[in-house]
Amino acid sequence: MKVVLEHLTKKFPSRNKKDKSEVVAVNDMSLEIPDGKLVGLLGPSGCGKSTALNLICGLEAPTEGRIFFGEDDVTALPPERRGVGLVFQNYALYPHLTVRQNILFPLQNLRGEAKLSKEVMEEKVLEAAKLVQIEQLLERKPGEMSGGQQQRDAIARALVKMPRVLLLDEPLSNLDARLRLQTREEIRRIQRETGVTTVFVTHDQEEAMSISDVIVVMKDGVLQQTGKPQEVYNDPDNLFVAKFLGTPPINVFDGSVRGGTLHIGGDAVMRADGVADGAYTVGIRPEAFRVRDDGPLRCALETVEVMGRDTTIVSTHPAMQGVSIRSVISAEYAEGVGGDEVRFYLKCAKVHLFDPESGERVRFSSAEAL
Amino acid sequence: MNNRSFKGWLYLLPAILFLGAFMVYPLVDVFVYSFEEGYNSASQSFFGTGLYNYRYVLRDEYFLQALKNTFLLVIITVPLSTGLALLISLALNSIKKLRELFQTIYFLPYVTNTLAVGLVFMILFKKTAYTDGLVNLVINFFGGASVDFIDGPYWAKMFVLCFYTVWVVLPFKILILTSALASVRQDFYNAARLDATPKWRVFTRITLPMISPQLFYLIITGFIGAFKAYSDAVAIFGTDLNAAGMNTIVGYVYDMLYGNSGGWPSFASAAAIILFAIVLTITCINLLVSRKHVYYV
Ligand SMILES: Nc1ncnc2c1ncn2[C@@H]1O[C@H](COP(=O)(O)OP(=O)(O)O)[C@@H](O)[C@H]1O
Ligand SMILES: [Mg+2]
Repeated sequence: MKVVLEHLTKKFPSRNKKDKSEVVAVNDMSLEIPDGKLVGLLGPSGCGKSTALNLICGLEAPTEGRIFFGEDDVTALPPERRGVGLVFQNYALYPHLTVRQNILFPLQNLRGEAKLSKEVMEEKVLEAAKLVQIEQLLERKPGEMSGGQQQRDAIARALVKMPRVLLLDEPLSNLDARLRLQTREEIRRIQRETGVTTVFVTHDQEEAMSISDVIVVMKDGVLQQTGKPQEVYNDPDNLFVAKFLGTPPINVFDGSVRGGTLHIGGDAVMRADGVADGAYTVGIRPEAFRVRDDGPLRCALETVEVMGRDTTIVSTHPAMQGVSIRSVISAEYAEGVGGDEVRFYLKCAKVHLFDPESGERVRFSSAEAL
Repeated sequence: MNNRSFKGWLYLLPAILFLGAFMVYPLVDVFVYSFEEGYNSASQSFFGTGLYNYRYVLRDEYFLQALKNTFLLVIITVPLSTGLALLISLALNSIKKLRELFQTIYFLPYVTNTLAVGLVFMILFKKTAYTDGLVNLVINFFGGASVDFIDGPYWAKMFVLCFYTVWVVLPFKILILTSALASVRQDFYNAARLDATPKWRVFTRITLPMISPQLFYLIITGFIGAFKAYSDAVAIFGTDLNAAGMNTIVGYVYDMLYGNSGGWPSFASAAAIILFAIVLTITCINLLVSRKHVYYV
C-alpha cells in the first residue's frame, strides 16, 4: 500500500496558555511512501517526526492537507479503521497481559465478518511470534523480558492483524548499542518477509541510513530531502542535510569562489565551474581528503588516530567552522603523515558548496582537483 | 548483629515502643479480658475464665442488632461508594472543561466539618414540628407520604445511615481514583484505539487492571472503615443507638464500656475481639481474591 501525504500541516496550540502562538509541528509536508518499502523518517528531536507518524495513523488530525492510502483518502478516517500497526517508542505493551495475550489483543477486537475462531487466532499469534522469534516467551509478561524482547513483542502485536502500513516510532531508542544493531537488522528482515509498507522514525542517521530503502529528512516540521540513503548522502540539498548525515560528520569551512577557483582561507583548493563568484559555505566529507605533500589545503596537524583499516587525521584550519577537521584516510596513505602540517587535495564529488545565508546547495557544473 | 541492622533497629525503636505501649499491649489485654468473666478494672478482679463473655455477647439482642446493622452497612456502602466513586472519576477524567471545578466540588465534603454535614442531613431528613424535611417535601411533591427517616421505620433509618456513609467516604475515593486514572499512560489507550478496541473492553481489559491496586486499596480500607463505623450513626441518631436500633459493633463496645448501662469491660472485650476476627477474616479473603485480580506494576 502506497501512502501519500499532500501538503500536510499540523499546528498545536502553544502549551504555554498565556502566549497565543502556535507550534507548527509539521509544516506543509508532501511525500509519497512507495508500496512495500521501508522508509526511514529522520530528523533531530522535536522536528515533528512523531507528529507526522500520528497523522498517518490518525491519532492526530491534520490542520491542513490530506493523506491517502493507495487511492483512498483516509484523512477523515478514524485510526481504528485505517488498518495501521503502530509500535510505540516505549512499546506500550499491556503490562498485565502475557506476550500471548498482548499479541492476541488486536485479534479479539475483530467483529462481524472479520471475527476469527479461537484456533485461527492461536495460529496467527504463533505465526507472528515466530516471525519475531519470541515463540519461546509467550507466557511471559512484558516486565519479565529484556528491552529487545519487548520490542519484538510490540512488533508482533502491530503485525498480527496484517496492517496495511506499519509505523515504528523510534523503536530502537530504548535498547543498548549492541541490541540496537541486531534489532535493526531484525526489523529489516521482518519488513522484507512481510512486505508491509513501513515507516521507521529515528533521530539516529546511521540507523536510518543502514536499513531504509528511502530516507526522509525533516527539520523543524519541514521536509528537507527524500531519496535513497546513499543518494541523499552523496548529494545533499542543503547544509542541514549534509551535516545531519554521516559519521564522522561533514567538515564545514568558510570559503569563496573567485574566477572559477574555490578558496578556503588562503588556499586555492579546487577548480569549480558554473558557480558565481562570492562567499560560500563549503562542506567536505571526511573521505574526500587525500594526503599529498604538495596538496593545496594546508592544515595544522593535531593527531592521527589509527583505527584498523582506516586512519583518522585530526587537524585544524583557520577557515574551518567547529573545533577540528576529521578526515578518514586509508591506512597505507597515512604513513608519511607527521610534523606540524598535513596537506590535502580533495575528491571533488565529496565537496559541496552551500549558500552561506540560506544553507541551500549551490551545484557546480564541473570541478577538478588542484 | 552488624552495625547496619543495629542502626535500623535503633531508628525503629521509638515507633516500636509507642506501638507496643499503645497498640500491642492493649490488644493483648483486651484479648485476655475477653476470657475473664466479670472483670472489674477498679479492683482488678474477676470471677473465672472461659467463654462466658462470648456466650453472653452472642446472645445479646443489642449485639445481634449491631452485628446486623454493621453487616448491612458494609455490604451496601462499600460496593456502592466504590462503584459510584469510579463512575464519577471516569466522568471527571473524560471531561476537559471545568474538570478542576468539578473536582473541587466533589472534594468539598472531605474538608467540611462533620457537624456541618450532620446539620445538612438534619435539614434534608429530619421531621420536626415545623417541617418534614427537604426529602419528604420532595416525596410529598411526587404524591408520596412523609417518612420519618430519623425515628421512623428501620429501612428508612438504614437508608439515611448508608446515604450518609457513602456521601462521607466518596470524596476520598474519588480523589484516589481520579489520580489513578490520570496516571494510566495515554499510549495504552492509543494502542487500544488503533486496534479498534470497543470502549467496554478498553475499560475492563486496560483501565480496570491498571487502576486495580488503588481500587483494591479502597475496597480493603472501605471494608475496614465500614466495620468500624460508629460516629456516623451517632451524628444522625444521637448517642442512644440501642434505643434507636441503629447501633454498630463499635457502638456496642463503647456502650458496654461507658454507656448508660455500661461498665462491662469483659463483654466489651469479647465484642471487640469478635469484630477483630470478622475484620481479619474479611481482609484475608480480600487479599486472597486480590492475588488473582490485582496487577502491580
Ligand atoms: N500535543 C502537543 N501539543 C503541543 N505541542 C506539541 C504536541 N505534540 C508535539 N508538540 C510539539 O511539536 C513539535 C514536534 O514534536 P514531535 O512530533 O514529538 O517531535 P519528534 O518526534 O520529532 O521528536 C515539538 O516542538 C513539540 O513540542
Ligand atoms: Mg518523537
